[in-house]
Amino acid sequence: MSLNAEQTGSSDLVSRVPSGPVAEMWDKHKFDLKLIAPTNKRKFTIIVVGTGLAGASAAASLAEQGYNVHAVTIHDSPRRAHSIAAQGGINAAKNYQNDGDSIHRLFYDTVKGGDFRSREANVYRLAQCSTSIIDQCVAQGVPFAREYGGTLANRTFGGVQVSRTFYARGQTGQQLLLGAYGSLMRQVGLGKVTLHSRREMLDVVTVDGVCRGIVMRNLVTGAIESLAGHAVLLCTGGYGNAYYLSTNAKGCNVTAAWRAHRRGAYFANPCFTQIHPTCIPVTGDHQSKLTLMSESLRNDGRVWVPKTPGDKRAPNTIPEADRDYYLENKYKGFGNMVPRDVASRNAKQQCDAGRGVGTSGKAVYLDFAEAIKRLGQKTIEEKYGNLFHMYHKITDEDPYQVPMRIYPAIHYTMGGLWVDYNLQSTLKGLFVLGEANFSDHGANRLGASALMQGLADGYFVVPYTVADHLATSKLPPVTTDSREFKAAVEEASFRTKQLLGIQGRRSADSFHRELGHTMWDYCGMSRNAAGLEKAIGKIRELRAEFWTNVKVLGHDHELNQNLEYAGRVADFLEFGELLATDALTRNESCGGHFREEFQEDGEALRDDANFCHVAAWQFQGDNKPSVLHKEPLTFDEVHLTKRSYRE
Amino acid sequence: MSAMLDLTLKIWRQDGPKTRGAFKTYHLKGISTEMSFLEMLDILNEQLIQLGEEPVAFDHDCREGICGMCSLMINGQAHGPETKTTTCQLHMRRFHNHDTIVIEPWRARAFPVIRDLVVDRTAFDRIQAVGGFVSINVGNAPDGNSVPVPKVNADKALDAAVCIGCGACVAACKNASATLFVGAKVSQFALLPQGQAERVQRVQKMVAQMDKEGFGSCTNTSECEAACPAGISVEMISRMNLEFLKATVVGAT
Repeated sequence: MSLNAEQTGSSDLVSRVPSGPVAEMWDKHKFDLKLIAPTNKRKFTIIVVGTGLAGASAAASLAEQGYNVHAVTIHDSPRRAHSIAAQGGINAAKNYQNDGDSIHRLFYDTVKGGDFRSREANVYRLAQCSTSIIDQCVAQGVPFAREYGGTLANRTFGGVQVSRTFYARGQTGQQLLLGAYGSLMRQVGLGKVTLHSRREMLDVVTVDGVCRGIVMRNLVTGAIESLAGHAVLLCTGGYGNAYYLSTNAKGCNVTAAWRAHRRGAYFANPCFTQIHPTCIPVTGDHQSKLTLMSESLRNDGRVWVPKTPGDKRAPNTIPEADRDYYLENKYKGFGNMVPRDVASRNAKQQCDAGRGVGTSGKAVYLDFAEAIKRLGQKTIEEKYGNLFHMYHKITDEDPYQVPMRIYPAIHYTMGGLWVDYNLQSTLKGLFVLGEANFSDHGANRLGASALMQGLADGYFVVPYTVADHLATSKLPPVTTDSREFKAAVEEASFRTKQLLGIQGRRSADSFHRELGHTMWDYCGMSRNAAGLEKAIGKIRELRAEFWTNVKVLGHDHELNQNLEYAGRVADFLEFGELLATDALTRNESCGGHFREEFQEDGEALRDDANFCHVAAWQFQGDNKPSVLHKEPLTFDEVHLTKRSYRE
Repeated sequence: MSAMLDLTLKIWRQDGPKTRGAFKTYHLKGISTEMSFLEMLDILNEQLIQLGEEPVAFDHDCREGICGMCSLMINGQAHGPETKTTTCQLHMRRFHNHDTIVIEPWRARAFPVIRDLVVDRTAFDRIQAVGGFVSINVGNAPDGNSVPVPKVNADKALDAAVCIGCGACVAACKNASATLFVGAKVSQFALLPQGQAERVQRVQKMVAQMDKEGFGSCTNTSECEAACPAGISVEMISRMNLEFLKATVVGAT
């Protein structure tokens, strides 16, 4: 096998991180960025792809400033974006609890939580922006949880020792997204945003090396359309569905990011995937997706397994003496609130040791009996009512009466398109926001930080940095009639027809499921070199079979969900290989990337001497090995230490 | 424990917005009671693909009851037989062996059918665009704790704000009224200090747009509340009516 890492490219990545102390960087940088005068903003058009927290907030903010904005979504409405499903909360360094929080502490916790594989400057800026996000959302009428005196309430999340998470029951993402959606729809009403719903981006278009537009399929009529502008923002989420079973919505996909990657945007750290410890376990082969039970539940729920392997007694009949609250026993300082990667790994270790529960033996208990006794059912209901309801609906078991059964599942992807400090990719004019970029969470994201990042990027970062791009770049007038656009439309139409023309024997879904099995078995919670090499081989074979044996019915000039899906699976089949290659190349364990060869007492063992860098992959062509570029990471503020949550 | 079901499905098939639709009957065998309703449809579609028949188009996404994308009339009930449940959260354990299940799209003039079980709900977006927001630009917000909001009001506002925008209220209503949907958004902002500045205009504009989209009047039969997967109460409609009356009497200043 040819190890792609040997073909390492030069470190030509310019991160544009400003000089000086980290606490002053963003203010200094904002002053240094060029502005567009208020009356000139209406001369520029910006295309925002995706309308989740990052996309909706960016589109609304840019339109408020006076730019013309096109907002593109694959859904019927911007409000359906998967940010809506985020449950637990959003972090902000407000220190309203007077418990020692600060911007610096949020920054420190996030860098450490990410196992020292994120960019310090970006994380510091994220912590700085966090406080303004809460203010903005409150002003929009987001009904956050409150104390009786009328002030905002907080709870805590994994990997931290302060209460800094703001929330609205177990549906914080929904409320934040509806706030951003309201702001977006206001701009639609004012005519500053043109909304393109039920459109799927199939390609980006570059003119003279600068990204100037997109090609998209109208999912209702099937028409291949295009949009031209002065900048393109990708806010298209993560790639967790490469694993088939994940907590992502069914429509989440890598297509927009992958298409941009093929046009020159480097893909960074694709092997950094987050496996969330508390999801409802798989019940059978029919399973189409997995459902998350928020990390916030671990504020009151206690994780345990029976001490004796194979103990099949009903959970409520197992006495305390026969239970192992393994997180509380092992991680005294953090208890059940260890970060997600640590909690997931421990759940797997317990199940592998035969102490798992439920019919499959692949689950552990999350028990609320003690909390209900202490606080009363009503309080628990107020905090988590909708989550308990959801669990009951899916499993037919009442978690007020019996402990939840939970198991880890793919949830979030820290990797994404490489971006500089301005959130601009290696493709000039293409900006990447939210989960779609790689920048803030390193090898493991802390709970309640994804909402924070999406909104920071959209409300508070990109409005400044896009202006600088518009002010400093040569952007001659371009229309969708130009040669470059026509060629890209032609290519997208060809690919669509190609998928319809194969007329093989297997559905897109069957390919996707098989890919998912390979990804989970060899690139999941635990990885090793032999398994990853095997996975790469299997993915290549599956991809080759896909293009000769996929069966897509119907036509291209109509609503054809099967056709849409086949296109996404085709991209996952290319992307999956890159993910596995990245995992094989990174010969260390860090955060959610656990290589069995590199561990110490069952914990991840980093190799800072050789892998303290961002791995950014450059596309070279179909079936050609990608070229690896490295952005070295330096830690000036938070010193590189072994990450421990035991004390 | 799981059991297996044999089922007869009568599903609305319609090629496009302008073509006539009809029910088509399918027989499915060996459906596990552990499956969700949409996973049952996934199995049907997989079988149809193997038979060379185009799969049934239906809207779905998060499959955990929050995105509001799924939207089926199941045996005449929006989102099926269970209360406070979206179609994606409905599980086959609620059905019996040899059941016949009738599956239709939302039926409402303001929600035209696009294909099979997929309808166009963009009318909701257009109602939002005229008033479903607080007009606050980024950068203008005061500190989050500068305006205290009594807990009881914040909780009530959230009870209204949990609407998932699925349209079950419209589909369940004989008049295809959208008053529960609009009432929920109007109530959320009427209950919060942040919503006061635009209180009068908001209700007037949203109600006017709702009428313009072709939604009917409220029937006062509370079918909407019974169908709502988010458990939104018809109190929201009362509050909207009160807000509208106040706005009409006091007038926009």
